[in-house]
Amino acid sequence: MASIAISPDELVDRKPLTPGQVAWKRFLRHRMAIVGIWILVGLVLYVTAGALFFSEADANYVDLRQKMTGPTSVHPFGTDMAGRDILARTVYGGQISIIIGILAVLVSVTVGVLIGAVAGYFGGLTDSILMRFTEAMFNIPQLFLLIVLAKFFAGDTPTFTFLGRAYSGSVVIVVGVIGLTSWMYLARIVRSSFLSLKEQEFVTAARATGAPDLSIIFEHILPSAMAPIIVTATLEVANAILSEAYISFLGMGVQPPTATWGNMLNEAYNQLEAAPWMWFFPGTLILLIVLAINFVGDGLRDALDPQSLAGRQE
Amino acid sequence: MADRLLDVRDLRVEFKTLEGTVHAVNGVSFSVEPGRTLGIVGESGCGKSVSVLSVMRLIPQPPGRILSGQVQFDGRDLLSLSPAEMQQVRGKDLSMIFQDPMTSLNPVLTIGRQIGETMRVHKGLDEKQARQAAIELLDQVGIPNPSMRLDDYPHHFSGGMRQRVMIAMALSCSPKLLIADEPTTALDVTIQVQILDLVKELRDRLDMAVIWISHDLAVIAEIADRVAVMYSGYLVEEADVFELYRQPLHPYTLALLHSLPRLDTGELDKLAAIPGSPPDTTRLPAGCPFAPRCTCAIPRCRNENPPLAEVAPDHRAACWLDVLSGGAR
Repeated sequence: MASIAISPDELVDRKPLTPGQVAWKRFLRHRMAIVGIWILVGLVLYVTAGALFFSEADANYVDLRQKMTGPTSVHPFGTDMAGRDILARTVYGGQISIIIGILAVLVSVTVGVLIGAVAGYFGGLTDSILMRFTEAMFNIPQLFLLIVLAKFFAGDTPTFTFLGRAYSGSVVIVVGVIGLTSWMYLARIVRSSFLSLKEQEFVTAARATGAPDLSIIFEHILPSAMAPIIVTATLEVANAILSEAYISFLGMGVQPPTATWGNMLNEAYNQLEAAPWMWFFPGTLILLIVLAINFVGDGLRDALDPQSLAGRQE
Repeated sequence: MADRLLDVRDLRVEFKTLEGTVHAVNGVSFSVEPGRTLGIVGESGCGKSVSVLSVMRLIPQPPGRILSGQVQFDGRDLLSLSPAEMQQVRGKDLSMIFQDPMTSLNPVLTIGRQIGETMRVHKGLDEKQARQAAIELLDQVGIPNPSMRLDDYPHHFSGGMRQRVMIAMALSCSPKLLIADEPTTALDVTIQVQILDLVKELRDRLDMAVIWISHDLAVIAEIADRVAVMYSGYLVEEADVFELYRQPLHPYTLALLHSLPRLDTGELDKLAAIPGSPPDTTRLPAGCPFAPRCTCAIPRCRNENPPLAEVAPDHRAACWLDVLSGGAR
């Protein structure tokens, strides 16, 4: 019979898993989330590695003789109204779309967490004022708000250069507008987490050690409220990419020549039947990335939520 | 009496709830001298925890409200300090450990971080110094292998070990007064003894005063120098620990002591439970709150609430009767 003795050294080495490691293991068991991760990796590779083959000048190169040609060996995805190569444009457009998605969510997470945390922790009048404001923002349809704000700020948008690339100033505006119209849901989630967490004994214990309010909010309570924030933020990236597509489709988002998947659809709008390749490729990419992000978000929810049973198939 | 470290005078606390106003603490006065231990006993809901949480200014307001009273601590009235000044006192000169070590440690922070925080806030230590100090503290409270356990999370510890971690946190700035709110209630008996011994040893070594709250008279007898007995928001008796156990002068204390199992008399009778239950603190009776359950109540008890008065040398009780003779005072 084999010996099952364990030396004391081995016992010490066998550290228990941290909560993060447990969540990671559960995430890896979520099949759709892994599929989502691979799709995302593929898309990110597509937009980054693609840039090695085409320069941005290629993507914006107008060749009217080649306008609206279908997929050929020179232009595998075809060309658009101005004869620009759609493959190159989806690469650079994808970069912008993904960057806008992530930056917009950073804005909305910052605003949402701050408002939700302050409202939930302090309660009383502060809570009432902040939450009535949140509800007021909720009551305006987001698309309407997006269009109005985009229109309002669209007047003067100088092009700026960042890391050697020129961006249309409308990128910043779109990020701000999407971020500032999508924080409300997150604020509510954070507030409700804080309302229950602040009654926990460990918060009283932290106050008994003389910890200041800010430290209690950000160091003691916020880490416990991270799980729903991470999940919501992930799903919000998909929404932000979609929102960018909406307003760019309506012609009020990022302005050409800077390509995004959204404004490529706008150009394709009048050629639905004549040039289906013009909407098929950017459309499919939007579909893929939104789907993949949603899969990942679902996986994160199951991995991070201790109450969820889906991730617990031992 | 020698100079007092903590002097609580006429503390009144109430909570506004949907069922009415709960009169949680009704004019309680007690004091603690430096290096001494006050035990507060009483059954659930008698206002023990609310009294000390008021001293710490940790009562949630609203619904709670401190109606009146003075809390002199180390020459300052804590009730008149600003929230920022109070934060300076909490965790430094005045610290607290709680009943349930399972819930009073933050589950998502390593214990090293939690112990270190107090010292970073009050002593201005940097990350590295705080870590070193935390290792020493964990060693002091008897956690084996402290430098390795520092990065563990609370769920890696057993209940008794977590209470030791709580004690390490509370002692990190060498407080003058440690408030222990039923710290052994959630632990099993063998661990209770260990924690009691640990607190006694640290108290003597660091020369700090302790307020120890418990509903367990045996635990109080073990650690306290003086004992205060509370009943439905009133202090009903207060005396030196030996005096109180030898000669209780309030019928409630007497009944409490009678309801304990005794090993020394050899009697195997059923335990003498106190009939009835404490009054509803939203509607306190006009007279003595214990009168409805008291075996020796006289008509006066139902109409007038007796004040806490010196009934024997250094021994205060709130009763119209002399329980020794059965006659009125």
